[in-house]
Amino acid sequence: MEREKLLEVKDLKQHFKIGRGRVVKAVDGISFDIYKGEVLGLVGESGCGKSTTGRTIIGLYDATDGDVIFKGENVHGKKNKAEKLKFNRAMQMIFQDPYASLNPRMTVADIIAEGIDIHGLAKTKEDRMNRVYDLLETVGLTKEHASRYPHEFSGGQRQRIGIARALAVEPDFIIADEPISALDVSIQAQVVNLMKELQRDRDLTYLFIAHDLSMVKYISDRIGVMYQGHLVELAPAARLYENPLHAYTKSLLSAIPLPDPEHERTRKRIVYESKSLGAVGRSDEDSSIPPLREVEPGHYVSLTDEEYEAYKAQFV
Amino acid sequence: MIENKKNFEQFDQDMFQRVEMNEQLGERIAGKSLNFWQDAWMRLKKNKAAILSLSVIVILVLLALFGPMLSGRDAYEQNISQAKLPPKVTGLEWAGFDGMANLGGRDINFYEQKNVEENFWFGTDYLGRDLWSRVWEGTRISLFIGLMAAIIDTVIGVAYGGISAYFGGRTDNIMQRIVEILTGVPNLILIILFILIFDPGVFTIILAMTITGWIGMSRLVRGQILKLKNQEFVLAARTLGASSTRLIFKHLIPNTLGAIIITLMFTIPSAIFFEAFLSFIGIGLQPPQASLGTLINDGYKELRTFPYLLVIPSVIIVLLMVSFNLLADGLRDAFDPKMRK
Repeated sequence: MEREKLLEVKDLKQHFKIGRGRVVKAVDGISFDIYKGEVLGLVGESGCGKSTTGRTIIGLYDATDGDVIFKGENVHGKKNKAEKLKFNRAMQMIFQDPYASLNPRMTVADIIAEGIDIHGLAKTKEDRMNRVYDLLETVGLTKEHASRYPHEFSGGQRQRIGIARALAVEPDFIIADEPISALDVSIQAQVVNLMKELQRDRDLTYLFIAHDLSMVKYISDRIGVMYQGHLVELAPAARLYENPLHAYTKSLLSAIPLPDPEHERTRKRIVYESKSLGAVGRSDEDSSIPPLREVEPGHYVSLTDEEYEAYKAQFV
Repeated sequence: MIENKKNFEQFDQDMFQRVEMNEQLGERIAGKSLNFWQDAWMRLKKNKAAILSLSVIVILVLLALFGPMLSGRDAYEQNISQAKLPPKVTGLEWAGFDGMANLGGRDINFYEQKNVEENFWFGTDYLGRDLWSRVWEGTRISLFIGLMAAIIDTVIGVAYGGISAYFGGRTDNIMQRIVEILTGVPNLILIILFILIFDPGVFTIILAMTITGWIGMSRLVRGQILKLKNQEFVLAARTLGASSTRLIFKHLIPNTLGAIIITLMFTIPSAIFFEAFLSFIGIGLQPPQASLGTLINDGYKELRTFPYLLVIPSVIIVLLMVSFNLLADGLRDAFDPKMRK
């Protein structure tokens, strides 16, 4: 792969102390790269650490261990205010709950212009408002919406306002933390298509966190599968669906419903038992998980030595 | 049905005009844009009790400010020859404002007896001071004490609770332990000690009440901020690089303001009542200072002959208490987000 790496995550760990000496290992040593201009989908069940990964990368949580390298610079542990602001401009986030992610006491114009105000991007008030109007139009809303308050909008409209807010600082990289899971299906398509369009027009890179597998397949170039704080499989989107190798991935994919009665009648749900192929022990008892191995170009799976040999014997 | 169909076919194609669907129109919001305060005011207006209370408070405040001017008499000027005159208002004689009082089983017109030409609307006390002026003077002082105590409580409480919740962790832990110790000290004893050490007066009372009064507010603000600081809109502002100042003043405080105002509105009447209580038991304001508490204290001694001395300030304090509480109740309903949707 000759493409430029935009973001490198190296052995990232995020442990939360929950009192009395107990620790929740929400993210326990994951590594992946994101190339410029691609969409990396991150899937996994509830509580597997997807959102925590996103929030740790952007610096909302201080990582317990590991490095996040953005454009060749380590972004964590930065103390300098100017450097931090520069990083804040380059990396943005779209949040899950469109009802909680907009301040109910601010007008839409003020919400969108927040980044512009913080980074001093507009020289005059007029310039500021023009930028807000442009952004509103970019996300399919109109000028008239600028003076209104969030409670007057529907979920989809609010999510688009959230997108406009993230775009206001002209970022290169956007972490989308389940941006569509709170929306109904027709609105999901609207928002995902908007995100795709924006990616094309503005040369954006996304980390797309979701648990809707069909939507992830639609938008992502590559997909990472997370299970209990670990990355168990990482592959180009099409390959992952054609040839899932990790037992957990197989189990996940077997759960996708298709609008085809024939298929639905014969669909068999594969149950994942956590001690089968490449099983990951619960992080508190057994944190040694098999490393990711490249089994075909760009396709990484977490396999133990024996499993790897068995796999090779099967195909070679 | 068939006839209808025939009729329909008679129409020419040219008579129809295509309506284009405008995508932008789909996003239009027809309703008027209301911000939080306009919205709350709209809901408050529908609450009759709250609006009535608001009017009563406004009238009482105006009277407290300008009442003494209306009668033109000084609240502290004594005139023994005009002492103990019952209330008399021309035109309101039927309502008891007739200058009569029952003394030893006989109704006596004190104005005739003492040869007083002018009318005292609320009568005079045992030193001949005009009760109208004294009552409004007292209301003003009581309101001032209530308002000041509530404002100081709010300032300290918001700052303390806000800092405790915003920084969290060890800071929060230490600050909350201090609060717990303060709550453990008996309130009344602290206030009595405070008043004994310093000279009794308006500011001593305000300070004494605020020593422990801010704790309720700080707890409320801490709870609110703890709830808000992990909300996604605050996280979004943090990812945009917002400073602590910006987070606190643009995001956290505005969203707590409703709850703060409600608590403030409940604090005012309780502070007024507490001042009256202190003055009544004799450790509050000292004579000749007028406050609703001292007036009631003076009045109850002559309850049997001159009940107006007790009744008038009592009615006013009751009006204040009920109005403030009803208004605060109405505000709570108006601000309550659960009522929305």
